[in-house]
Amino acid sequence: MKANVQSKGNALLPAWRNRPLGVALVVLALLALPFVLAGAGTAWVRITNLAILFVLLSLGLNIVVGFAGLLDLGYIAFYAVGAYVYALLASPHFGIHWPFWAILPIGALVAALFGVLLGAPTLKLRGDYLAIVTLGFGEIVRIFLNNLGSPVNITNGPRGINRIDPVTIGDLNFARTDSFFGLAFSGPVKYYYLLLAMLVVVIFINLRLQNSRIGRAWEAVREDEIAARAMGIDTTRIKLLAFAMGASFGGVAGGMFSAMQGFISPESFVLVESVMVLAMVVLGGMGNIWGVILGALLLSFLPPILRFTVQPLQEYFFGRMLVEPEVIRMLIFGFALVLVMGFRPGGLWPAAVRKRSFSGSGGGAHD
Amino acid sequence: MTELLSCRSVSKAFGGIQALSDIGFSIHEGEIYGLIGPNGAGKTTLFNVLTGIYTPDRGSIVFEGTQLAGLKPNLIVRRGIARTFQNIRLFPNLSALENVMIGRHVRTKAGVLGAIFRNSATRDEEADIEARALSLLEFVGLRERANQAAGNLAYGDQRRLEIARAMATEPRLLALDEPAAGMNASETQSLRALLGDVRARGITLLLIEHDVRLVMGVCDRLLVLDHGEKIAEGAPVAIQNDPRVIEAYLGAPAAA
Repeated sequence: MKANVQSKGNALLPAWRNRPLGVALVVLALLALPFVLAGAGTAWVRITNLAILFVLLSLGLNIVVGFAGLLDLGYIAFYAVGAYVYALLASPHFGIHWPFWAILPIGALVAALFGVLLGAPTLKLRGDYLAIVTLGFGEIVRIFLNNLGSPVNITNGPRGINRIDPVTIGDLNFARTDSFFGLAFSGPVKYYYLLLAMLVVVIFINLRLQNSRIGRAWEAVREDEIAARAMGIDTTRIKLLAFAMGASFGGVAGGMFSAMQGFISPESFVLVESVMVLAMVVLGGMGNIWGVILGALLLSFLPPILRFTVQPLQEYFFGRMLVEPEVIRMLIFGFALVLVMGFRPGGLWPAAVRKRSFSGSGGGAHD
Repeated sequence: MTELLSCRSVSKAFGGIQALSDIGFSIHEGEIYGLIGPNGAGKTTLFNVLTGIYTPDRGSIVFEGTQLAGLKPNLIVRRGIARTFQNIRLFPNLSALENVMIGRHVRTKAGVLGAIFRNSATRDEEADIEARALSLLEFVGLRERANQAAGNLAYGDQRRLEIARAMATEPRLLALDEPAAGMNASETQSLRALLGDVRARGITLLLIEHDVRLVMGVCDRLLVLDHGEKIAEGAPVAIQNDPRVIEAYLGAPAAA
């Protein structure tokens, strides 16, 4: 084994520098994407936006599950917390209309607080036991949201909260269509760019965290908690930090969800959603940021693609629809998970051993 | 010689089993101190009590003037006691280099904000972590394996990596739980040389070991446990001829 190995793990950054043309093409493609999609219908822009939200969620859950190795089946609760924080602070429900840039950090903080609240009692649990407690936590949050409509009406119960403010920056209202440079920017298109910017920030934070003292401590806890403690890592703090960080991303995604939809109710935050986010992380590749993004995109686009193809295909071949798209979706999900776990237990794009490049005897930084 | 660690009447019971009763001993600075005894004598329990994995029921453990009994493991590491494990506990999916870098955790500071913004203090700290980890890998002879997954290393290399990782915490006392277990003769020989090198760096060593030749050859003093009790302490030669030790290992001579 040679000592000089090309840096692979520290994340694409060095690789990007070597391929300016490729990077430029990817950036251009991402910028042009909403206009291409709009040609197929605004619905596809909305679908893409939701997919990006799920990428954000998966990256948050990846911190807890992928980095720190703590199985969390109630992650959607933090999404719910972020969504409700936004809804309560920017809707006629309480008559409060704060700007989105003020609410999103609050949503992240409140979600982080809930992360610690969930983490604290589960510190000594792991594996199956942790999964059961987190599953219960997710349900508790949803049921609370459902029942906090009376006697004091906080969440408006199962009716949900309506007429939530869209994102506005100055005079730029994300619910309206504007035109710049002779191009029409519809609401979903504007949200697409905002979400894309957030995604870049979140990916950056994730990469930085993973290749840091904190990220290594998370991975140490995942690999062997007793050894981690013997290395002087305060496992209590480091696990709570993972819960809080992961939850805060969920909180931000939830706030964006509220703003985009304009309406939320407890029904959006059911257990299946938690399971779905976890499936994205596991299918893509726990612990590998790029794998998780791949998993989230695949599982987000599968249902709408099926919805648009299953019925016409069946009608073409059989003259009528035999199997509902929803049924086929679940069939494909289950089948895909079984196949991936059977043949690629680390996920489609599994985490690799991070190799660092260093030369001579000095060591030296790699970034 | 100054006392580095001193234990007074340390006891630990699990249910009805007295794993340690009234153990007292002290380790001097700069020596290699051996801990031996038949299987089930309480050696690993004593290790776990010293390193904070178990809390002793009674007794005091004083390390460089401060009381350790009841401290959490991470605080004990901070005070300067590092350990390895009998059944190797590396971070198998991380590279050898990262394993050692994790050992630097306790001596470094960067938090979440430092990680995200990677300011100059954090960059310097990261460079220092990597440089020290590399030099420790060099020290145990694993420099060429830096980028390999720890779990894929040869058995003897894994044991050496555990030592490098423990040394990264800058211990004053390094506690090794059966470092030669499963090693062949030549690996044991080079381990012995390594232990000498570690000591030469000013690190005091506490050693649990079954390999009698290694123990007798390398240790300055020995503590012998049997059924949770201290039955002898002293220089290897004296221990070898101690009738209680012989009895513990070979059984009592048949009644005449």
